Amino acid sequence: MAEKVLMKGNEAIAYAAINCGCDGYFGYPITPQSEVMETLMKEKPWETTGMVVLQAESETSSINMVYGGACCGKKVMTSSSSPGISLMCEGLSYIAGAELPCLVVNVMRGGPGLGTIQPSQGDYFQATKAGGHGDYRMIVLAPASAQDMYDFVDLGFELAFKYRNPAMILGDGVIGQMMEKVEIRPQKARRTEEEVRALCDSWATIGKPESRRGNTITSLALEADVQERHNIKLQKKYAEIEANEVRYSTYKTEDAEHLIIAFGCMSRIGEAVVDYAREQGYKVGLLRPITLFPYPKAAIEALIPQLKSIMSVELNAGQMVEDIKVIANGRVPVNFYGRQGGMIPDPEEVFEAFVKSINK
Amino acid sequence: MDIKDIIKPENKVYGKTPVLKDAVLHYCPGCSHGVVHKLIAEVIEEMGIQDKTIGISPVGCSVFAYNYLDIDWQQAAHGRAPALATATKRLMPDKYVFTYQGDGDLASIGTAEIMHACNRGENIVVIFINNAIYGMTGGQMAPTTLLGQVTATTPYGRQADLNGYPLKITELIAQLEGTCYVTRQSVQNPAAVRKTKKAIRKAFENSAMNKGTSFVEVVSTCNSGWKTTPVKANKWMEENMFPFYPLGDMKDR
Ligand SMILES: Cc1ncc(C[n+]2csc(CCOP(=O)(O)OP(=O)(O)O)c2C)c(N)n1
Repeated sequence: MAEKVLMKGNEAIAYAAINCGCDGYFGYPITPQSEVMETLMKEKPWETTGMVVLQAESETSSINMVYGGACCGKKVMTSSSSPGISLMCEGLSYIAGAELPCLVVNVMRGGPGLGTIQPSQGDYFQATKAGGHGDYRMIVLAPASAQDMYDFVDLGFELAFKYRNPAMILGDGVIGQMMEKVEIRPQKARRTEEEVRALCDSWATIGKPESRRGNTITSLALEADVQERHNIKLQKKYAEIEANEVRYSTYKTEDAEHLIIAFGCMSRIGEAVVDYAREQGYKVGLLRPITLFPYPKAAIEALIPQLKSIMSVELNAGQMVEDIKVIANGRVPVNFYGRQGGMIPDPEEVFEAFVKSINK
Repeated sequence: MDIKDIIKPENKVYGKTPVLKDAVLHYCPGCSHGVVHKLIAEVIEEMGIQDKTIGISPVGCSVFAYNYLDIDWQQAAHGRAPALATATKRLMPDKYVFTYQGDGDLASIGTAEIMHACNRGENIVVIFINNAIYGMTGGQMAPTTLLGQVTATTPYGRQADLNGYPLKITELIAQLEGTCYVTRQSVQNPAAVRKTKKAIRKAFENSAMNKGTSFVEVVSTCNSGWKTTPVKANKWMEENMFPFYPLGDMKDR
C-alpha cells in the first residue's frame, strides 16, 4: 500500500519535487506559499537526490535561474504567489520564446498590488493569456486538492518537456494551506548526465562535444520574417497542446440542465452546490477544468444542447467566464458568481446566486 | 617569390583560434567587444575547455556574442545573466560558466543580479565591458557615463544633480566576500591586450578551483556612441576614463 501522509498543499509541492527527480528549485519567500521552500530546505534534498535548492534575491532572479537551469535540460522549478509571479512575467516570456521546459507554481492571493494574503483566483487572465509580452502560452494546471498539488508537479514536468514549454500549477491560498492526506509516489531518480545528453543534446547548453556546433538558446530574431516563422511555429505547438492535453472532470452532468463551471478550490464548493441544488429539484451538474490552458472547450460544447444555463463560479471579478461566453457564443445564457479579496462563498450562497441567475 | 612560398606552417606568426567562428563581426570598427571576444576564445582554446564552457550573452551590442564563439550559449534577458549563470554552474559544477555584460546590463538594470551572484560567491567568470554608454540603443547615458559626458540622454553633459554620479560598480564588487578576483583592464594597445588576456585566463582558472566569483572589467571604447573616431576614442578613454576608472587588480586571493 502506498504511503499516505497528512500535509499542506504547499508541502506536497516540495515533497513531489524531490520524489519526481527535480534537479533544481529557485525561489523567494512570499505568503501563502513559503512552505514550499521551507520544506525543501528542511529536507535537504541536495544530500539525497542531489537536487539544488537556492533562495534567490528576488522573483526576477529566481525565474532567470530557472531559465538558466532549463537551458541545461534540467528539471527546474520555482514557486511564488501573485505579486512574485508578476515579477516573473518577463522571464516567462523569454522561457516561452526560447522554448524551454520548466515548472512554475502560483499559489494565488488577492490583488491588485500588494493586495491580500488571502486566497484568490484573480490571476486566471495572467496565467492563461500570458502575463508577459508577446504571443505565448503556458500549460496551466489547476489543482483542487493537496493530492493534485503533489501529482501535478510530475505531470507538469512531463508536459513541459514533451512540448518544451513552461507549465504552471495555478493553485490558490486555500489549496496551498489546506492539510489533506497525500499519497506519496515512489521515488524517481534524477536524470543522469548521459540521460540529459541523450534527451536534450540537440538544443541544450550542456557543453559542446566535438561532433556538433555550439548550441545557442535565444528568443531573439531581429528579422521580421524569421520572427514570424518562429511565432507560427509556437502557435502550431499551442494548437497541438490544445488537441492533446485537455483535462477536466464532470460531476452529475449526464442529465444536467444547468452547468456550473469552476476550477481549483471552487470546484469542490461547486460539487456541494450541485448536491444541494438537486435536493431542491434543480438538475445541476459541474464541469471542472483541470487544464486552464488548454481549456476544455469541446467538453463544454458537447453539453450545450442539453443546457438551459451555465454559471461560472470564481474567486475573482469574472475572468474564466469570458472564455465560457466565447464557447457558448450566445446559444445559452452564461452567468457568473464570484467573491473577491479573499472572501470564499459557501454552497448556499452560490445556490442562491444560481437561482437568481436563472430567474432574472 | 611566390605567395605559396610564404604561406607555410613554419612562417606562421598568428592564427585565428578555431573557437572563433568564421562569422563577420557586426561590431563597429574600433569597438572593443571584438577584441575581448577573441581573448576569451583564445583562453578557451588554450585551456582546452571548449566542450565544458557555457557562455551567457547579455542584452546590448554583445547580445550576438553567440554568433562568434563556437561554444554553448544562453541569451539572457537584460541584466539577468548572473542569475542564469548561477543555476547553470550549480546544476553543472564541472562546467566553466561565464557571463559577458555591458555597463547598462550589469550596473543598471542588472545591479541586483550581479551583486547577489558575486556575494554568494558563485564559481563563475564575469566579463564586464564598461564603455560608459548604451551602445545598442543609440548612445544614451549609462550608469558609468562620466560627469560632463555628452550622450543622447545627457545632451548637455552628465550633471550630478540631474543624473546622479557615475557608478564605480567594480569597486563595490571588490568589497563582496564572495569574489576572489576583481580586476580592471583595457584593450587599446598590444600591451593592454596581453594583460587583459592574462586576467581572463586567471579568472577561468579560478573558476575550476572553486574560489568564488572572478570579475574582469574591461574599460572600453564605443566610438560610434561617443561620436568620434577609433583613434580619438582610445585617446579620450585614456585621458578621461582611466583617471576615474584606474586600471589594475582590486582583489586577488
Ligand atoms: C527590459 C529591457 N529594457 C530595455 C531594453 C533596451 N536595451 C537594449 S540594449 C540596452 C543598453 C545596453 O547597453 P550596455 O549594457 O552598456 O551594452 P552596450 O550596448 O553598450 O555594449 C537597452 C537599454 C531591453 N532590451 N530590455
